[in-house]
Amino acid sequence: MKVYGIDLASRLLLGTAQYPSPAILADAVRESGAEVVTVSLRRESGRERAGQDFWRLISELGVRVLPNTAGCHTVKEAVATAQMAREVFGTSWIKLEVIGDHETLQPDVFGLVEAAGVLARDGFEVFPYTTDDLGVGERLLEVGCKVLMPWGAPIGSARGLANPYALRSYRARFKDTPLIVDAGMGLPSHAAQAMELGYDGVLLNTAVAKAGDPVNMARAFRHGIEAGRAAFLADPMEQRDMASPSTPVFGMAFRT
Amino acid sequence: MKFTVIGAGVAGLTTALALATRGATVEVLERGASIGAESCSRFAGGMLAPWCEAESAEELVVSLGVESLSYWPQRAPHVVARGSLVLALQRDGADLDRFARRTRNSSLLDADAIAALEPDLAGRFRRGIFFADEAHLDPRAALPALAEALHARGSSLTCNVEVRPNDIDGDHVIDCRGLAARDALPDLRGVKGEMLIVHCPDVTLTRPVRLVHPRFPLYIVPRGDNVYMIGATMVESSERGRVTARAMVELLNAAYALHPAFAEAEIMEIGCDARPAFPDNLPRIRRNGRVLHVNGLYRHGFLLSPALARMAAAVALDNAYFPEVMDEHRRQRTVA
Repeated sequence: MKVYGIDLASRLLLGTAQYPSPAILADAVRESGAEVVTVSLRRESGRERAGQDFWRLISELGVRVLPNTAGCHTVKEAVATAQMAREVFGTSWIKLEVIGDHETLQPDVFGLVEAAGVLARDGFEVFPYTTDDLGVGERLLEVGCKVLMPWGAPIGSARGLANPYALRSYRARFKDTPLIVDAGMGLPSHAAQAMELGYDGVLLNTAVAKAGDPVNMARAFRHGIEAGRAAFLADPMEQRDMASPSTPVFGMAFRT
Repeated sequence: MKFTVIGAGVAGLTTALALATRGATVEVLERGASIGAESCSRFAGGMLAPWCEAESAEELVVSLGVESLSYWPQRAPHVVARGSLVLALQRDGADLDRFARRTRNSSLLDADAIAALEPDLAGRFRRGIFFADEAHLDPRAALPALAEALHARGSSLTCNVEVRPNDIDGDHVIDCRGLAARDALPDLRGVKGEMLIVHCPDVTLTRPVRLVHPRFPLYIVPRGDNVYMIGATMVESSERGRVTARAMVELLNAAYALHPAFAEAEIMEIGCDARPAFPDNLPRIRRNGRVLHVNGLYRHGFLLSPALARMAAAVALDNAYFPEVMDEHRRQRTVA
């Protein structure tokens, strides 16, 4: 997968929030094989670099950091957080979240497009967390996004792909854009399904962090994503209505 | 043998007392002006809740933490053994199931059972989890009680002394400085916690109540006379003392969701400090020449200090070895 000129061997992007401990987080990242981790820049820990121990632990993982604007509800807030993140992490990558609804954490797609435009003009490489709406995806590309990240289901809901049909259309519509399903994963089979649809990658956090054993779940997701990708590349057979025997039945010499 | 213990937080006091109880001569040096003034133990919830903690902590926290339930009633005043109650708002019912699945030694409660335990919560929650064997204490009563016990055994305790292990001449130094020991323990980090204390005459709760919360364990601990400690946030930061509006909004919202009468509570104190933690959030006893570091109790100071103090004394006096808290690379090894 190539995003903003960077080749990534792993198609799993892993979030770093809500793990039982930084040590378990580090083990989970290693087991997942992820080369990109998302990090939320919480203002509360930003002052006087008081959160630097956590940043140091993250940087010791040796993976690329994709800062996010989690929890931002307005364009202004998201842009300010992105600018702060660029300074703290020294990267122009930003996972852009502009939340529109408190209960479902749905993206505010109007604010998202506006903020994406502001940030792209300012030199950011934007990874927008969006819905599966084709028109919104179109607008995000117009304002300068080179990657799209439609949701699987609401953040933290563990429901898997809520609307596989919409995601299939999305893939078909944006053939040449790297597409990453972001949010809503609960099980590796959910991630595998996204990959079987031809998505380039999957971004998840809670499904691993809140599993009883995050390290094993990270490994499971790695395999799920690899399986889904391999299945997509292997050109799966079509569904059919009737059984189709896998061995010849003509003659049935050994049937009793 | 003579020991100098640096730091009179819960780790330092329990370790000093463990040594003194075993006949050692102990002097305790504390940087603060009084017991607890500069210790993060001061802001602790004081919950002796090993089984609840299993929701997010490792098994070691449970097995070591059980020791606190017999330790504190003998050494601190007003240890209340009425269990702890875990509740969830209607929308977070799935998280309550997860909590029950990840913990043990508890029973599930329906609305009537909740009302029987805490009458003021009658009609407010339909399901809960009860950990009958757990207890709680008031950290601000427990710390001075430990200091008293030390005095009674002839140990000295001097406040207003800020020293590092290298400043001490003696042969045996126990470093219990918490986060201040980062000069000697580079893998120690701070996890900031914010709390508040309210007086709420309209609500009577007799045991700690936890509200399942997606980001941090949120609890209300009764301190008697309708005074409640509400805590505590978990922020990856070593910052001390700055309480944010966000934290207060979240804590007070939770209290209000538990019982609307908390809206009328009087705020008596807001407070904040940083807990010392190692990367796996488990405590350590680490030997470095004549210095023994006892640190990393994270948010489990009152829960784990009895076991850790016992082990630290055995390491100091008998040269004992406890791999579960003395192997620096425990986690890497278990995962590999």
